[in-house]
Amino acid sequence: MSTDESQNLVTLSIDGREIKAKGGELLIEAAEKSGVFIPRFCYHNRLPQVGVCRMCLVEVKGPRGFSLQPSCYLPVSEGMEVITQSEKVKKAQDGVLEFLLINHPLDCPTCDKGGECPLQDQTLTYGPGESRFAEEKRHWEKPIAISELVFLDRERCIQCDRCTRFADVVAGDALIEFIGRGDHTEVNVFPDRPFSSYFSGNTVQICPVGALTAAPYRFKARPWDLSQVESSCMACSMGCRIMVQSSQNGLTRYLGLDSDSVNHGWLCDKGRFGFEAINSADRVTSPMIRKGDSFVETSWASALSLIGSKIVDAKASGDPSRIGIMLGSRLTNEDIYAWVKLAKGVIGTDSVDSQLGDGLRGEVIAALPRATVNEAVSAKAVLAFTGDIKEEIPVLFLRLREAIRNGRTKLVTVGTRSSSLDKLSEVSARVTPDQARLLAMEVTKDSSKFPEISAVLSKQGVGADGEGLVVLLGRENLAWDQSIVEAFALELSRSLPKAKFLITLRGSNFSGAVDLGGVPRLLPGRSSLETATPVLRQKWANLPAQGGRGAKEMFNAALRGELDLLFLVGSDPRQDYLDSELANSALDNVGFVVSVDTYLSRSSSSADLVLPAAAFAEKAGTTTNLEGRVFTVNQKVTSPGLCRPDWTIASEIALELEEDLGFGSAEDILDEIAEVSPLHWGLSWHRLTKSAALDGVVVPITATALSIRPRAMLDQISTPGIASVWNQGLPSSKTSYFDDGTIEEPGSASQPPAQASVASVEPIWPVAPVQPLGTMRLGYSRKLYGQGEHLMNSPHLSKLIVEAKCRISSKTAKELGAEMGDSLRVADKAGGESLFELEIDDSVGDGIVELIRGSFSNPGFSPVRSDEAVNYVKVERA
Amino acid sequence: MSFFNPENLEKAQILVGLYPDKRSALIPLCHLAQSQHGHLSNEAMVEIAELVGVQPAEVYGTASFYDMLHTEEVGKYLVGVCTNVACLLSGGQELLEHASDVLGIPPGATTEDGKFTLEEVECVAHCDKAPCAQVNYRYFGPLTNGDFDQLVDDLKSDRLSDSVPPHGVLSRVFRDAPPMVPLEIIHQERRVMDEAKKARLAAQNPDAGGKQ
Repeated sequence: MSTDESQNLVTLSIDGREIKAKGGELLIEAAEKSGVFIPRFCYHNRLPQVGVCRMCLVEVKGPRGFSLQPSCYLPVSEGMEVITQSEKVKKAQDGVLEFLLINHPLDCPTCDKGGECPLQDQTLTYGPGESRFAEEKRHWEKPIAISELVFLDRERCIQCDRCTRFADVVAGDALIEFIGRGDHTEVNVFPDRPFSSYFSGNTVQICPVGALTAAPYRFKARPWDLSQVESSCMACSMGCRIMVQSSQNGLTRYLGLDSDSVNHGWLCDKGRFGFEAINSADRVTSPMIRKGDSFVETSWASALSLIGSKIVDAKASGDPSRIGIMLGSRLTNEDIYAWVKLAKGVIGTDSVDSQLGDGLRGEVIAALPRATVNEAVSAKAVLAFTGDIKEEIPVLFLRLREAIRNGRTKLVTVGTRSSSLDKLSEVSARVTPDQARLLAMEVTKDSSKFPEISAVLSKQGVGADGEGLVVLLGRENLAWDQSIVEAFALELSRSLPKAKFLITLRGSNFSGAVDLGGVPRLLPGRSSLETATPVLRQKWANLPAQGGRGAKEMFNAALRGELDLLFLVGSDPRQDYLDSELANSALDNVGFVVSVDTYLSRSSSSADLVLPAAAFAEKAGTTTNLEGRVFTVNQKVTSPGLCRPDWTIASEIALELEEDLGFGSAEDILDEIAEVSPLHWGLSWHRLTKSAALDGVVVPITATALSIRPRAMLDQISTPGIASVWNQGLPSSKTSYFDDGTIEEPGSASQPPAQASVASVEPIWPVAPVQPLGTMRLGYSRKLYGQGEHLMNSPHLSKLIVEAKCRISSKTAKELGAEMGDSLRVADKAGGESLFELEIDDSVGDGIVELIRGSFSNPGFSPVRSDEAVNYVKVERA
Repeated sequence: MSFFNPENLEKAQILVGLYPDKRSALIPLCHLAQSQHGHLSNEAMVEIAELVGVQPAEVYGTASFYDMLHTEEVGKYLVGVCTNVACLLSGGQELLEHASDVLGIPPGATTEDGKFTLEEVECVAHCDKAPCAQVNYRYFGPLTNGDFDQLVDDLKSDRLSDSVPPHGVLSRVFRDAPPMVPLEIIHQERRVMDEAKKARLAAQNPDAGGKQ
């Protein structure tokens, strides 16, 4: 068999030149790959084609000679002859553009899209130059707000169907639609039903004219004033590739980059519009020390020497674990490495944690075989035991939804609550902890107590050893302690050794923290304290003698008066720790709290010393996403005031202790990581910025990751803003349309890293308490827009923060004698209570009360207690 | 509260059950809602969306596309005067102007008492009776100005209530479809019928040898 046949290639001629293309590929794509650009408006490589704009008409030879056909709707075939440049094609393009411009206003000078507008650009390149239309154009009210974030100017719309197709096909929120017919056609929402989709910003990005504009960017800048740099979003653990654009040292917008492995060009609105928080005027800009009830500004020098003396004092007691460090999700890999090195290599304490009761133990994550996102969306079957992905990792939801819609995989969900995934799944099973255990042990066995799930798995060809199964593992219900989820995963992995796990925790870079020792008992490269590599022992002088404390143990130690010094590096436990009561009382009892933060959060405003940190886009580095893929994060703007990157602060503190961490830049740190961590061998700044810039690199680096993949050409009509800024030759020349494909082979570093196995971690099922009489089961989950410094400091996103309500089913409401809008009193185990407005929602199971984490913060009330395996609450009418 | 009255809700559920894909019932449900309420209110569209499992915006998009579905309030009688070629040549334009004078409203508007909505329509295939008009899709023509006055008078005094039901009612006889027949049974019956036909043809014309 020849190579051509094996790859199903066909030969066709475009403008007299012979090219080869994959059979079934669309002509417009095949032409583009061969270097012939055919103009287009409605065609988008990530949307199903509709062929409505007619801009891509080309001449194609048929039985009756050449005729005009839309190249976005025509698959290539053997022997096809195509002409893309001729009088006939030119006349068609002229005509199409003249028609499109009939009703298009000439307000380019005041239009946000002016300068990066596909209609403007293609009219200039292919258009007639003059219009014969002398009649009145149609008029609409300009512009209308179709949501809090998106404005619609219907006069500018050319009815390409991109936004409506995206909303329907990709996002699954068909809240915008073509209304009317003929020249009365408009895009609009249903009256009083705004376009409140988590993905609405994408429609702005793909609009080929200025019809859809984003509220945070409107009239902020002109495209030719923008400069840009590639980066990765750190709003959640997905790590979507983005282009960060700024003007006059202020961030103006993020645009999604099309990465095949990650986000396909899409972003969620929380990620896309979160940049506003970084521009916020409420940033902490200088070190501040507590004087009584308020802060006074101080200098870096005095702040650092104070910290130095506090560390010396705490260590003088002889127990370095009296010092604790909590790392937040703002941190890059380099920040994490520097702080972990400071803690475990210099101070000698292992009490470092990056999870706030809402994650999973580092050793468990490290032991489970890891799946990539691509593996998950093409697995034979996916088993989800995770929080609502649409609310937590929205773009992963899009990837999964697309795969399921196209029949590439089938989904089974397991849990206690209903979620957005249920609509996509074949089977949704509600389980108790005991049932979860049974499920984990015998899901593929014939004797399974879950015949429906087993039937789906066997029909999909999942092996008895779990071959072909990917498990999405997260915190399905925060009212269940993490130990249940951990035991479930370990049990499942033991009975199905070939099943892979994608850890769907939300916190950005949780994966980097596990990989780099940002959790107790682990060191960089996921090795344990005992198995530290010789290189690491050499570089890290003062390895801790024994395992340290996690967040919960640190808080309990604080209550006993055993925590003298606590660093909160981008961590806000008063707001974010699951058992907020424990966090609050513990933090009040710590000797000295140092908070390294970007805003005065709940925790930092009650700290003893606050250090100003550089935010996202103000520092360079790398981040690791949930599948272990490392990307670059780049600097675009300079920090306000005296802010410093987190890793610099760790280095400075080390200097106070007369130790040199040994690096002067983020690149230096990455080199050291690659040296000491077997997991990161072969990683280099060059590899991340050149050959693998767009898709990043999955660690550990394997042979397939090393294969040279040319960078896909950027379709400037799919991603208008990015291309036009690129075309102006502004700084970003590092990344070209085509990558040169050169790659450095790693030296002797290709020895496989030691991988922890599930055999080394015992599943320990906690004893689930019997439901006390008079209580209800608690469903405790997140929504995308919860309280948090980042959202509260974004003027537009803060309007979307979810209201504090409690939801129960109509049957349960009847039992309580309560009605919609009533006030309910919810009491936790310790007697703390809070009032909530009732919303009746029949998607909630009977006997369950649903609360949304991050929608309330009531002193004394914490529905989840850290010492309970399963939490129950009392509910009554107020 | 449901928009559909109990009787129509039952009909709606039958309609939804008729199609393999629920969304196919969208347009029939729009007509059903119009027959209940005269036009498609927002409430009605929201309920239809729920019944067929789509977003209200999709129902609105579909309804606004079709001329016979009205998302704005219309009168009890929707009067359409044709001004297409055949009617134009026979005085359709003049008839429309007269209608506008008599009813006291421009085309597209509704009288204050909510009885009449006047529309200018394209050819309604009643050219042999040009100039023609339709009232709630019932044809009248050829019409002189006097005939039109008489028609309006008849409608106002409910003399035509037997032949012209209020707007929204397309037909007073509802189809009485049995529940969906499984495809296998249809194929089976078709095979039997085909064979019977073949046998019949062969008996009639033995030479043709089963050729049809």
